[in-house]
Amino acid sequence: MTVISTTTDPVALSLTVVAEFAASPERVWAVWENPRQLERWWGPPTYPATFTRHDFAVGGESRYYMTGPQGDTPHGWWRMDMIDEPRRLEFANGLAGDDGEPVPGVEPMAAHVTFEPIESGTRMTTESKFVDEAQMEKMLAMGMSEGMTQAVSQIQGLLTSEAA
Amino acid sequence: MDHVFRALADTTRRDIFQRVIGGGLSVSTLADDYEMSFAAVQKHVSVLERAALVTKERHGREQIVHGNLSTLRRAAALLDAFEEIWIGRATKIAEILGEKGSAT
Repeated sequence: MTVISTTTDPVALSLTVVAEFAASPERVWAVWENPRQLERWWGPPTYPATFTRHDFAVGGESRYYMTGPQGDTPHGWWRMDMIDEPRRLEFANGLAGDDGEPVPGVEPMAAHVTFEPIESGTRMTTESKFVDEAQMEKMLAMGMSEGMTQAVSQIQGLLTSEAA
Repeated sequence: MDHVFRALADTTRRDIFQRVIGGGLSVSTLADDYEMSFAAVQKHVSVLERAALVTKERHGREQIVHGNLSTLRRAAALLDAFEEIWIGRATKIAEILGEKGSAT
């Protein structure tokens, strides 16, 4: 089992996912640093990502788009805020417009990732911190698989009917 | 909509929210239990209302405050969707790391 634990905090709007890999921290770090490896896992299965820029340095930015089953290409961006190879990285991840540039006024989400050596390889912890529900919905609408969109709208339908 | 986190960052508001989740209470009933003015309590209720954590209902001369759990549930449902995304990503990373010739 790759994912060891997940924690969600609906009051603080944060999510923590802990995963363990049978590889060294340096090797796990490479799947983040190398854009050709990064784009193989960043997008959901039905929305593979293509990174057109990946400036992996503090203050450096990335640009990417994902290609959906209908040929739609939602764009996103990263900004590296902290890099401590191969232990920790912090970055902002936001929505971009059709021109590939950040959408003004839409705040990015914050992601903190740590890599710890363990006996079997590496423990990777990702913490995602969101600003508000509207931001989360916008991020999800971007390149979410159809099944997941349906799942979320079903949940929201349940909540609405429950509240009525 | 003000975010729930800011609304619940205050001890009094957290206390009010917890109490009205159990059933509707009037603003004056709530105000009786805090060492602050009716207006101050009303202000706290307004902050919770803006964050959609409570709703107010007029009942004669009284204002009844009700807790709205669906706001927290909605946030929880959204977080669950991101959780799925990250589980998918971790699974894919494990696959990439397991490929031949991937060792450094």
